[in-house]
Amino acid sequence: MLDAHPRATDIPSGTEAPPIVTFEGVTKRYPGIIANDSIDMEFRAGEVHVLLGENGAGKSTLVSMLSGLQQPDDGRILIDGVEKPIGSPGEALEIGISTVFQHSMLVPSLTLVENATLGRKWWQKPDREGTAQVMNAAAERIGVRLDPMALTGDLSLGERQQAEITRALMRGARFLILDEATAMLTPDDAARLGELMRRLAAEGMAVVFITHKLNEAVAYGDRVSVLRLGKKVGGLSPEELKSLDPQEATNAVVQLMFGTREASTGERDRPDATTVDRSAKPTLELLALYAKSGRVPLENIEFKVWPGEILGIAGIDGNGQKQLASTIAGQAPVSDGRIILDGAYIDKMTIGQRREKGLRYVTDDRLGEGTVGTFPMSINLLLKEIGQTPYWRGGIEQPEAIRENARQKVKEFDIRTPSIDTPVGKLSGGNIQKVLLARELAGAARVVIFEKPTYGLDLANIAATKMRIREAAQSGAAVILISTELDELLELSHRIAVMDQGRVAGIVENEDGARHKIGALMSGAEK
Amino acid sequence: MNTQTMTDDTVQTTEMRQKLRSIAGVLLMSLGPVLMAFILSGVILLILKVNPFSYYGYVFGRGLLSPTGVQATLTRMGPLLLIAASLIVAFRAGIWNLGGDAQFLVGAVFCAAATPLMAPHVPVWLGLLAGAAISAIFGGLWALLPAFLRAYQGLNEIITTLMMNFLGISLASVLVKLVFLDPSTTVPQTRTLAVEDRLPTLFGTTISSGLIIGLVAILAVHFVMTRTAFGLRLRVVGGNASAAVHAGLAVPLLTVMVFAISGGLAGLSGGVAILGQYGNVRADWNPAYSLSIVPLVFLARFNGFAAIGFVGLFSILSIGAESAARRTGVPNYFTLVTIGILLVMLAVSEYYSAKRQKAGA
Repeated sequence: MLDAHPRATDIPSGTEAPPIVTFEGVTKRYPGIIANDSIDMEFRAGEVHVLLGENGAGKSTLVSMLSGLQQPDDGRILIDGVEKPIGSPGEALEIGISTVFQHSMLVPSLTLVENATLGRKWWQKPDREGTAQVMNAAAERIGVRLDPMALTGDLSLGERQQAEITRALMRGARFLILDEATAMLTPDDAARLGELMRRLAAEGMAVVFITHKLNEAVAYGDRVSVLRLGKKVGGLSPEELKSLDPQEATNAVVQLMFGTREASTGERDRPDATTVDRSAKPTLELLALYAKSGRVPLENIEFKVWPGEILGIAGIDGNGQKQLASTIAGQAPVSDGRIILDGAYIDKMTIGQRREKGLRYVTDDRLGEGTVGTFPMSINLLLKEIGQTPYWRGGIEQPEAIRENARQKVKEFDIRTPSIDTPVGKLSGGNIQKVLLARELAGAARVVIFEKPTYGLDLANIAATKMRIREAAQSGAAVILISTELDELLELSHRIAVMDQGRVAGIVENEDGARHKIGALMSGAEK
Repeated sequence: MNTQTMTDDTVQTTEMRQKLRSIAGVLLMSLGPVLMAFILSGVILLILKVNPFSYYGYVFGRGLLSPTGVQATLTRMGPLLLIAASLIVAFRAGIWNLGGDAQFLVGAVFCAAATPLMAPHVPVWLGLLAGAAISAIFGGLWALLPAFLRAYQGLNEIITTLMMNFLGISLASVLVKLVFLDPSTTVPQTRTLAVEDRLPTLFGTTISSGLIIGLVAILAVHFVMTRTAFGLRLRVVGGNASAAVHAGLAVPLLTVMVFAISGGLAGLSGGVAILGQYGNVRADWNPAYSLSIVPLVFLARFNGFAAIGFVGLFSILSIGAESAARRTGVPNYFTLVTIGILLVMLAVSEYYSAKRQKAGA
């Protein structure tokens, strides 16, 4: 039996608001997998209910049943204590359930007011003035400042999410689902969203908050539920959360998620510097590199990476990191400057030639450019080797060799997949990342670029990915690690370059005080 | 689900079962719409006070069961199969070449202009080969402008290929009327290829060996697209163009090649129609095969074998309808009504399969 909140029933009902939505033994099955296995859960007014779990633990399925996109195969859903199915997203809205996703659902070419009037009947004239007033009132109620006449496309993602929450309130939402809403936000915007959650709960709303970040869960949540492999494995009640300090609460959650405490601490020590051989020739060298075509043009980038070294690239997201990676890999043109790999100029080479020279690029856009989602996993493992022996001979596919390669990679990289023929798009994020790692780290890699390699992964997959990054360096490759997580960079890199508006603001040795220096460079203090 | 703990046997049986189920699903999704289309067309015939059973009796009696009808059906399949092959290459690569009608006609016109002039001076086989090559080359050339616009400027090829249809069909007509006119007749048409210089017929029947060319082409295309590195590259471009760039594929070059191959096959289809059946092109001739084959290729889910089946069915219907039209008074373009309904049914089945897939995701 599940060890759901054994205490929930002990608490006298008078002290808590009644649940708006109750799940009783809710089960959802997909072919080959039980996504949600008899989940019991209550979502109460005035509470921020945090859902935690690894990738593929069943959070998204649970949310899609809450928002009416999916129907449970078994079990009951109670609304205000009465059994009632949530048959469609429309019905969910009628009940007052609204969802805010990590990607904005507003139309960028319309103003906020126009977005808010979209739900009206087609024969009604959009009442911009009136709607703007209602919007301002709703925003004020929850302490959000926004300009209803602003064009949505001009706003930051954080501002758009605030606008979406405001719009949900205008539509009478009393139950708000924030599905990984902080994943794409800057730390400041994420903190602002956290405060907003607290205010919404104080207003008497039920908030369901899905996140990967344990510190957010502990900081903003009233109640935590942990899912693992489709089952609810436990959680923290409001009383438990209050009585524990943040560190203790985090440890408790980690233990629930992984059954161990180790995953959270990891190896906090410095990277092993003995593998780096700076007396040797640098493997990769960038000389006064300019690339003007991207959204953030690169200007005068210069650095060297030695064999066995991990060079971290820090910086706030969108300061040219993506352009840097794709320029080195050959996906974006160089406008000036040179790139040298093992003593040879590669800046005029094609993507394929650079790969043959040993350049590897683990992209962060795993489904967008890393894989073809509809193709079998086994083919995606060979996407960059199409036509090469032994998988193709004389241009003809050799199915057995392709399958054998996939079976081997599944074992070696612990890829969890129903079958090697499963379309890669159906795998969880962590397993898609393993497919990419398996593909890029195959063969003789000389330079490996990891772009936000742990983004969106759960702790177990983060640990596995970090291990692969270290192994790549230990095998003698020069590693470039692009990340927005400073802790990750400090844990793995030997040196850290800070990028700011398409330039390298400075390169810092990873020694005592590095964190402070990087912070100063990122904020632009040391220019 | 943990694959490692499974024995090989269970893996194989589940794989088999999955395969069977997916085959059954494909059959249902492909044949279901066909059946529904016949039923609904039958209802329309009833409204027109025509007995649908006798109508379809005439259609299949002529198109499938009479010896001359079946030969006509099989002969028509040749060019149609080439069109289907042309579309499968493009669609699998994610390129919506809807300019097949013009590519067909331009190929046909140049072939019809050149071959009768060559025929008296060269062996038959060489004349035929040259004629076929000319049709393929000009069909491919006609696809190049949309190809470059798509590959290097990102212009939507649906628009450009459709526009090129208007130009190509008019150009073909102008060429026939002004340039390639047969001086010995008053009818605006090209010189006629003598019957003994045309593609040989098969086994003493009237079936043109164009059928063989069509079958070979579509099977070759199916093999290339599903089993070769080149085909996989094209499918990667079609499946996710950003992934193709990321994987280092020369996407613009592959795009141009797809257009050239697709246009070439459409042009060859025109050539085969001339060399095997018609012998000349009359001004304003436009059978518009390509746009009729598009829905069939979709019905076949871009599968070469399934496409052979659907093209065969379409051939039977269009040949049979010509005879049924005379006997029942139903105009012979009633075939288009059936095909139109088939398209709608296809959309409906597509909707349900997408919904099913979504539920299974």
